[in-house]
Amino acid sequence: MPLAKRIIPCLDIAAGRVVKGVNFLNLRDAGDPVEVAKRYGEQGADEIAFLDITASMETRGLLYQMIADVAEQVFIPLTVGGGVRAVDDVRALLNAGADKVSINTAGIRNPQLIRDASARYGAQAIVVAIDAKQTEPGRWEVFTHGGRHPTGLDAVLWAREVERLGAGEILLTSMDRDGAKTGFDLPLTRAVADAVGIPVIASGGVGTLEHLVDGVIEGGADAVLAASIFHYGEFTVTEAKQRMQRAGIEVRESWS
Amino acid sequence: MILDVAIVDYGMGNLRSVHNALLNVAPDARIEITSDALAVHDARCVVVPGQAAMPDTMAALNASGLREAVIEAATTKPFLGICLGLQMLFEFSEEGDTSCLGLFPGKVIRFDPTTMVDAAGHRQKVPHMGWSPVRQERAHPLWAGIADQTRFYFAHSYYPVPQEPGLITGSVAYPDAREPFTCAIGRDTLFAVQFHPEKSSTAGLRLLANFVSWTA
Repeated sequence: MPLAKRIIPCLDIAAGRVVKGVNFLNLRDAGDPVEVAKRYGEQGADEIAFLDITASMETRGLLYQMIADVAEQVFIPLTVGGGVRAVDDVRALLNAGADKVSINTAGIRNPQLIRDASARYGAQAIVVAIDAKQTEPGRWEVFTHGGRHPTGLDAVLWAREVERLGAGEILLTSMDRDGAKTGFDLPLTRAVADAVGIPVIASGGVGTLEHLVDGVIEGGADAVLAASIFHYGEFTVTEAKQRMQRAGIEVRESWS
Repeated sequence: MILDVAIVDYGMGNLRSVHNALLNVAPDARIEITSDALAVHDARCVVVPGQAAMPDTMAALNASGLREAVIEAATTKPFLGICLGLQMLFEFSEEGDTSCLGLFPGKVIRFDPTTMVDAAGHRQKVPHMGWSPVRQERAHPLWAGIADQTRFYFAHSYYPVPQEPGLITGSVAYPDAREPFTCAIGRDTLFAVQFHPEKSSTAGLRLLANFVSWTA
């Protein structure tokens, strides 16, 4: 019975509320973060990810309060990302109740941020998010700003670099697949998972439970992240775990 | 006011999750985060969390004036160490070559990335991150109501290697069963774990409830 592969529902957050929308458009309020997180926790989520999609200074306080409220009632790990620009942001999120903080664009602009945050809080608290797009077969480039800004960085090389800088985990999102519901970019996931010795969370493209299985078995992911399939009630986290278990994947059983 | 549970705040922050979980299992108990050595001395039980880097953790503990209070609590009353709160009880940690409290012979070492392959040939990652089954090496009041091999949440790159086998109360087969590591130790009224009970859902809350009612 080895380490379980994790299922991580992801919630988009704006002004301290859960929002739903496609490609950041037509956002609508989708509920109280505490209630949604509790529901996922009861379904057996191994962890919950929160992405502050506005990440504006004006609503930052609402995010901290939301994390504090969730952490009061949900006793599984919480990962929070979006708008993390400095070690002080990492500290504020951890103090609010986050267990892990995800760094994206700021880590590309200033790799020292990854090193400093890891030295201060330990690698296990620092996730680096990598948003990648395929440029040619077998090659992927790192993008920022929801896939609009190319960085010139090769995704696999950048993954190795953030490991060296002290990241404890990589949250790898295929911008080609994000929202497409056609499954993870499995060659990308496999390339990054095999390139680093830290855990890799696969993200972007999940439309069916089979996609989650593929992410682990073919992609080599240590954890799989999905938003919409859980959000819109198509599947519960329990169903996802049962499907993975039937495929021979080690999961944390939370049902009886 | 004498606390039922003092959560020791030695300046590394991030104690809220432990506080939340203890309040959840013991809503009527007096449970506080404190940096007051006298409050730690007076408290009925003491919890020492920790999840930052070891050099900063020991420096903060030494600078806080709480080092002696922690040692006293660890040897005289119900004491729960979590993560670095376990690791600091040994003599030495490889993380930044840090001297620790030395209450127990043994050291804290890093998972060796070059040997992180399981019996089936799969690469095992460092940090050890996620839910692993804990083998209960011996019966203990804090395991009450928790089945052997229940999964707890781990997030760490270093692990303790105690010299005294009698201390070992729980272990995890990571990277695999050939090389389990110690994830729980117990002696008298001290219990300490490498995993995070405050983040381990139902099983973790049960362990914390067992702790609060231990010798109560």
